[in-house]
Amino acid sequence: MSYQFLVILSFLLFVTGMIGVAMRRNIIIVLVSLELMLNAVNILFVSASKYLHTLDGQIFVIMIITIAAAETAIALALVAKIFKTIGLVKIDDLKKLKW
Amino acid sequence: MEMNIVRYILIFPLLGFLINGLIGNKLGNKAVSLIANIVVLISLSIAVYLFFQLLSMPADSRLITDTVYTWINAGDLTIDFKLMVDPLTSVMLLVVTGVGFLIHIYSIGYMHGDKGYARFFAYLNLFMFSMLLLVLSSNIALMFVGWEGVGLCSYLLIGFWYEKDSAANAGKKAFITNRVGDYGFLLGLFLLGSAFASKGILTLDFNNMAAHISLISPNILTIVGILLFVGATGKSAQLPLYVWLPDAMEGPTPVSALIHAATMVTAGVYMIARMNFLYVLAPTALEVVAVVGGLTALYAATIGLVQNDIKRVLAYSTISQLGYMFVGVGVGAFSAGIFHLMTHAFFKALLFLSAGSVIHALSGEQDMRKMGGLKDKIPVTHAVFLTAALAISGIPGLSGFFSKDSILASAYASGHKVIWLLGFITALLTAFYIFRLIYMTFYGDSRVDKHAAEHIHESPKVMTIPLIILAILSVIGGYVGVPQLLGNIVGWHNSDMFVHFLAPVFHTMPEHEMPVSTETWLMIGSITMAVLGIFFAWYVYLKSKMQPAKDAARALPGVYQLLLNKYYVDELYNTVIIKPLMWLSEFFLWRFFDVWVIDGTVNGSAYITQWASTKLRKLQAGDMQVYITLFLLGVISVLAYFVLR
Repeated sequence: MSYQFLVILSFLLFVTGMIGVAMRRNIIIVLVSLELMLNAVNILFVSASKYLHTLDGQIFVIMIITIAAAETAIALALVAKIFKTIGLVKIDDLKKLKW
Repeated sequence: MEMNIVRYILIFPLLGFLINGLIGNKLGNKAVSLIANIVVLISLSIAVYLFFQLLSMPADSRLITDTVYTWINAGDLTIDFKLMVDPLTSVMLLVVTGVGFLIHIYSIGYMHGDKGYARFFAYLNLFMFSMLLLVLSSNIALMFVGWEGVGLCSYLLIGFWYEKDSAANAGKKAFITNRVGDYGFLLGLFLLGSAFASKGILTLDFNNMAAHISLISPNILTIVGILLFVGATGKSAQLPLYVWLPDAMEGPTPVSALIHAATMVTAGVYMIARMNFLYVLAPTALEVVAVVGGLTALYAATIGLVQNDIKRVLAYSTISQLGYMFVGVGVGAFSAGIFHLMTHAFFKALLFLSAGSVIHALSGEQDMRKMGGLKDKIPVTHAVFLTAALAISGIPGLSGFFSKDSILASAYASGHKVIWLLGFITALLTAFYIFRLIYMTFYGDSRVDKHAAEHIHESPKVMTIPLIILAILSVIGGYVGVPQLLGNIVGWHNSDMFVHFLAPVFHTMPEHEMPVSTETWLMIGSITMAVLGIFFAWYVYLKSKMQPAKDAARALPGVYQLLLNKYYVDELYNTVIIKPLMWLSEFFLWRFFDVWVIDGTVNGSAYITQWASTKLRKLQAGDMQVYITLFLLGVISVLAYFVLR
């Protein structure tokens, strides 16, 4: 497997996640897209680590996975709370905090 | 000689001002007056000490200096905060601190019970500081600081009873009129400084300037001389800027005596005497000084003839006497001018203070038509007032005679016959108006209000003792400058001590010799005028009970109205200067410039901001995905910029 292929894969995944965050209306899907972006970065780190023969990249990845887990837990908790409060998980409806 | 003690003359009054001004209200009236009087007494003692120091030095090197610190240091120009005491300064110091001290004592009684007691004494001390700075400074820039300082104090003290509209307005009038003169003074100062700078001499020090004055062209000196004199006309109330002084009588009477009779208003005369090195080389400027002085002397005296307010008569008398002083310095007789300054300080302060005593006795009445017959009720005030009146009239043996006579003699001798005539007529008018005042106030039938009559009382000792001391000074003050003509009669050589004392300070003008017979006749003439004036006043106001005055007023209604309304000068200034300025201020500066341009700019920028924000706030709709999209677009465009560059 060439490293170029991995970089392109990472890039495509990142753009997919980006579009998902920007365009989708369901908060759950937005969170999934966010995870996608994080994992695109993870792939890039791992491939760079292999390419450069250092372990630094992989250490970063483990860090990111850990934090992402925590972040997702909080985000899902918030989503659950939002759903309980307003009965919806559409991001358009969350404009009440604009000022 | 360098002596550090000189600065303490300034420090103590300043200290008094700070203490009384900051915590005076908490100290209680006794402490306030004690502090205010002691600081002036200390200054007086130092002034006396320095005077004797000067006397102990050889006549041609009498100079004490005190450099406190370097005040301005700009490039090559260095101006020191330097004080200097020479014979001229010494005379001024003694007059200012001596008369000032007596007036401070008098004020304890006069201001008793006033709610601004501490404020009053704080201002008086500040005035003493400024006035002493004015006379002590060794360069013209520092002098200007004192010059402005006394103007400020004059404003503060004229408007002392600021609840009264008339007092507040009089204060403003004095300040603004003085600013006109000060503008001339500043222009003169700048022109003189730059004239010296163009010759490579960067100095404003009097003695340095005097040493190099011959480098400057006479034309520039003439302009500088006239500009400085413009400043003097403002400060010393000469034509055409005299209008503030009569109104300044709104202030407390001790203020009128101290500032508007004895000291501040004579600052202009002092300034010209101090700048004598310049004026002797600018005869045209000196001529202007003499002519304005002579005209003012006569002009103000004519107004004084018909005024009914006791203090206003004295105010016009002050203007007239200041005119005499300017005649003195204007004809080159600097020491005669300063001599009259000194004697005038004695008798005019006395006149004002005893007028204050009269007003005090009558519970605030100032209109002479409501006085009369007070002679026996307030005998001390009457006696001292009479002394001062005889002195100002020029009755031989009293101080005013010697000084006025020496001015008139110098004017005649130097060939200014017309100016001499002006002064000669003024002598008659002076005696007339001052005795008119005496007869209307102290003699004849009482015209006092019933209510006020019940309360007539002689003033307390704290007021009468300064009056008595001033009366003694008004009598003997002239004997330091007895004309040689009279000195010879009793075999007294060098009887004109005053002139000899001041001579080293003044650059000599060409001597004018006058035959002894002429001098004698001039003297007899002045005495005749004084006696005639007193006789007329007696005849009109006492013997005929004012009937001739009323007849004259009826026979010449035009002249009477003209004099009573002070030649309509206030009205003229009002129409020609004040009204147009008010119009300009209201319709251009306020309604156009302020409302449209300034308010327009301020409100306009506020309006633009408000408009822009209502448009821009639509971007912040709270839709997070819009923010993310914009953020991504931003990142992409930045990246694109760096990649494609």
